[in-house]
Amino acid sequence: MKRAAAWSILLLGGIYFILPLAGMVEFSLSMKRGVYSLEAYRVVLADPQFRQTFTYSVVMSLLTILFGVLLVVPTAFWVRLKMPWARPYVEFLTLMPLVIPAIVTVFGYIRLYNTSSWLPLTGTLMGSNFLLLMGYAMLSLPYMYRAVDTGLRTIDVATLTEAAQSLGAGWTTILARIILPNVLVAVLSGAFVTFAIVMGEFTMAALLNRPAFGPYLQLMGANKAYEPFALSTIAFAITWACMGLIQLVTRFSKHTKAAQG
Amino acid sequence: MTWIGLLPFAAFIVLFLIAPTMKIVVGAFQTPQGDFTLNNLRGLFTDSILSSYWISIKISVASSALGCLVGFLMAAAMILGGVPKGVRSPLMTFSGVASNFAGVPLAFAFLATLGPLGLVTLILKTHFGINLRAMGFNILSFWGLTITYLFFQIPLMILIITPAIDGLKREWREAASVLGATGPQYWRMVALPILFPSILGTFALLFANAFGAVATAIALTGSSLNIVPIMLFAQIRGDVLGDPHLGYAMAFGMILVTAVANVLYIWLRIRAERWLK
Repeated sequence: MKRAAAWSILLLGGIYFILPLAGMVEFSLSMKRGVYSLEAYRVVLADPQFRQTFTYSVVMSLLTILFGVLLVVPTAFWVRLKMPWARPYVEFLTLMPLVIPAIVTVFGYIRLYNTSSWLPLTGTLMGSNFLLLMGYAMLSLPYMYRAVDTGLRTIDVATLTEAAQSLGAGWTTILARIILPNVLVAVLSGAFVTFAIVMGEFTMAALLNRPAFGPYLQLMGANKAYEPFALSTIAFAITWACMGLIQLVTRFSKHTKAAQG
Repeated sequence: MTWIGLLPFAAFIVLFLIAPTMKIVVGAFQTPQGDFTLNNLRGLFTDSILSSYWISIKISVASSALGCLVGFLMAAAMILGGVPKGVRSPLMTFSGVASNFAGVPLAFAFLATLGPLGLVTLILKTHFGINLRAMGFNILSFWGLTITYLFFQIPLMILIITPAIDGLKREWREAASVLGATGPQYWRMVALPILFPSILGTFALLFANAFGAVATAIALTGSSLNIVPIMLFAQIRGDVLGDPHLGYAMAFGMILVTAVANVLYIWLRIRAERWLK
């Protein structure tokens, strides 16, 4: 009786989650009347605008990940090593992007860094790209910081640092050759979440007028019948791949640790 | 000199989070000439803006309440329902994916399902003779948006509440049944009171999550449903309110609502963690 109830809850839930995905895939395959075909995907992949926006978003994700790693790893390391009292405050700050909606942050960017301000970033293409990069880094900060900080908890930061210092290593060497390799799995899982977030992001890119994948998707949705569903399926596959990769690297790291210990 | 290590992080936070937010907050209390005023906030109390806040809050409450309920039931069924252990890992992975699958693609998934030509709409019509449209259902509406938001709300609830349910100790249940408690009594008088802060806290988090969701709403409804994020988006794009400082006030209202929800979440979470050691 209890088991039957549990199964029916999970089954109903499963149906709710599968139907929209099925609907989306079904639509994406029905561009040709009467038969299932990959026509919509062919059209989408041949669209130069798709290639441009997709490449733009991939490059932006990689830059966001790079910036995030360069910012978060030294900060989390430093806080753990030298300023443990500051940890709750830093952690609180890294959670703020979840509190302040992205649309408000980007509204602030547009007003604060407009052409008549002290730092006219929105006036140039490079400036807008830079602002968007900062916005993306802000969106991924809660996930990146949490991942790296958890990774640092599993290693003895102080001993490793002292050992490296006594062998004559400077801060850059310690970070790049001691700390980073030890938290690589954590950094990777943060990186995959970041990738998934940036690839699907719409609000910031749209309001800063940058040609990213999210705004392109919305534009297609307003103008085309089948292509948006093919694009959405691709977006879903990317999210799925990112989450799968996180599982994979975590599982992989567990095995290596078990082998050592 | 230890603070020097925090300088890059501090600069990043100040320049790209705190300063932009303060610009909005201060702007909400200023006239275009820079003098202090409460008129912008007063300007929010017009019918169209108030109703947009009201619809936004209704959708957020409905989607987070339903998300909490369904997510809780699914997590409880997964952990306590006696289903095989093999169900757990795929469900958790899927929850991770689905809670990140928001935005524009999610809107299209639901258009393809419950839209006028959607999969479910057509199946119900041809096989069961149920015409959703004639029954007054429209994906571009309060319920349409709520059902769509549930796609990321339920998995988020599952992800957050699972550790809490895992933390329910076997001994509590045994102690209760030794004292003669039935199953429902155990849930009503032991388990649910312990889980209550977690559930309510997650509710607050889901609320903030739905309230700030822009992309899904825009892709789904265009501008046919006046909710706060859509109005603010239009305002930033083209000053549709005809008053930039009224836009600041609107954004300030949004920060206020999500901040209250998040403070509630953090406070309840601290309370909940007392039991989960």
